[in-house]
Formats: sequence, C-alpha cells, structure tokens
Amino acid sequence: MSFAQLIGDWHALAVLFVAGVVPNQIWRMLGLWFGGGIDEGSELLVWVRAVATAILAGVIAQIVVEPPGALASVPDTLRYGAVGAGFVVFLLTRRSIFAGVVAGEVFMLAGKWWLG
Amino acid sequence: MPLPPLDSPQWQSSWRAFAWGLRSITQTILTVVLFVTYLGIGALAHDTHFSLLWALCSTLFVWAGPAQIILITTLGSGATIIQSAIAVTVSAIRLFPMVVSVLPLMRTPTTKRREMIFAAHLTAVTLWVECHRFLPQVPRERRIAFVHGLGCGLVSVCLTANTVGYFLAANLTQTLGAAILLLTPLSFLFSTARNSREIADVVALALGILLYPLAAKMNSGLDILVSGLVAGTIAYGVHWWRKVRA
Repeated sequence: MSFAQLIGDWHALAVLFVAGVVPNQIWRMLGLWFGGGIDEGSELLVWVRAVATAILAGVIAQIVVEPPGALASVPDTLRYGAVGAGFVVFLLTRRSIFAGVVAGEVFMLAGKWWLG
Repeated sequence: MPLPPLDSPQWQSSWRAFAWGLRSITQTILTVVLFVTYLGIGALAHDTHFSLLWALCSTLFVWAGPAQIILITTLGSGATIIQSAIAVTVSAIRLFPMVVSVLPLMRTPTTKRREMIFAAHLTAVTLWVECHRFLPQVPRERRIAFVHGLGCGLVSVCLTANTVGYFLAANLTQTLGAAILLLTPLSFLFSTARNSREIADVVALALGILLYPLAAKMNSGLDILVSGLVAGTIAYGVHWWRKVRA
C-alpha cells in the first residue's frame, strides 16, 4: 500500500465533509445553542429516536445481506447463522455485548473451518 | 483506580482534571466495545475503498459510529451525496437531546457557551453514558476539563482501532478479514438492543432489520431511508397506541 493510497484524493475528503461532518455536527451545535427548553420525553423525539434506530437497523441488515469486501466470501446462511447465534447468546447472558460478539464470531469462524 | 475525593488538591489544576479524565477510559468496558467497533469501521473503510486518512478524518470530525457506518455503506453502495447526507443527518438527530441533557452537568453559572463547544463535539452515546456515571465524582468547575480528557482518550483509542482495522483488512487472510467486518453489525446490533428500553426502540430495531431486504428490492438508492422511515413510524405508532389504550 503506497503513501498516496493512504491519503486518498481530496474529492473523497470533500464528500466526507458535505455528506458526513456537516449533517452530523449540525445537531450537536443546535443542542449547544438551544440547550434547555427541550423535553427529552417529548413525542417528536420518541418518533425521531424510533426512525434513527430503524435506520441503524437497516445499516446492520445491509452489511449482513449485501456484505462488503472479504465478508462476501462467507456464505449467506453462515452470516445469518452467526448473527442469530450471537443474538441467542446475547439474550442468554443477560444482554452481554461481549458474549454476543464473541459467539457470533466463533460461529462464523467454526462454520468457515468446517466448510473447508 | 477510583477518582480522588471532591475536596482533594488533585482537582485544583485543570490539567490534572484532564489527566484524570484521560485515565478514566481504563475504568469502563465501553472502551473495549468502542475499540472493537472502530476496528470494524477501519476494516469497512478499507474494503469499501476509502483511504486511511479519510477513515481517520471521519472519526475525528464526525465522531459518531452509526453516522460513520451509514456514510461508508451508503457512499460505498452508490448513493448520491444528498442521499447519504439525509441518512446521516436523520441518524444524528439523537445527538441533539444528548447534548442538551449532558451540558447542564458541566456548566457553572459563569460558563460561556464557547467553552463548551469541544465538549459538545465529543458528545456521543459512550461519553453521554460515562458523563452520567463519572461527573458526580468530579468538582463542577473541573468537569469540562475532565470531559475533554475523557473524550480525547476515547478518540485516541478509536483512531488507533481504525488504523489497526484498516491494515488488518488489507493484510489478513480472507477469513480473518471477514471476521473483522462482521464485528460491525454484531457490536451495533447488540449495543443498540441493549439500549432499547422502550417498546418503540425494540419494534424499530426488529422491523428495521426485517424491512430492509424488502426495501432493497425496490432499488431506489434510498433503501435504508425508506425502511427506516416506515419501520420507525410503525414503531412510534405502537408506542402511541399503547399509550392511548393505557
């Protein structure tokens, strides 16, 4: 990997600022500006939080259903199985994030090894 | 390593308070969760053909895991800048109430707004959780310095994780590269599930996952936005219906 590859091109960095930094940062600065006066339990915020959670859920699903890069080398059923196995362990361990992640990874690696 | 008592001379200097904040990252399991998540983000950036500098800049200037992953996956799957920006901004709205609720914890009657800009930037779910835990043990006039230390510590951990993840994805066998990429959906799924206390959150998470494959079939380029808006609104409807009935 060359140095230039690690830096990338300026166009991509400009896109990062326009599509990532500004749309994200605007909410923090609004919070700083209008601090107070907003009710954390308001109905609008319940809806916003539900939509934000569902968007995040969609991102999780997208990575598993249409995997990027090396993850595409893992067969569909094995990826779904790994997430399922991780989730079962997560629930059994009273919601341990660590146990769930380890279980999902072990399931995927064991499956890969078993399939050859 | 507990924090010194509130009246300790340790708190007399801002730099000391910063150092205590920095050291506090070793006192929470969330640091490990962040490391793992940002390892995954580094690997994801590599496999979606972004540069290492790009990945590091996104961590420094966006500083919100979900927004960074949404940005990488949407741009990587060919969405336009506008589509990505909309998806990112919707995911970031939650930062607004977070900043609003966390800043009063560190404000004194003489604190100026500009003194809190950096603390507002550092606010994300991990810092928000840790502020509620640590700040009662920190004298009020040193809280901003403490939060700066805590935040800088967490950002450094994540920049390191990004770099390690990026090079691991570039140099590992395909199987281990796949294992690192799998970290992202696993850690996000479980940390979101753990934070889902209300019925609306649980329904939004479950429906959001189930509806995505359907929305993807429409091939609109707005898949995640469509499934997110529909699933989130249904989840809100369930919340509203239960409230009306109760």
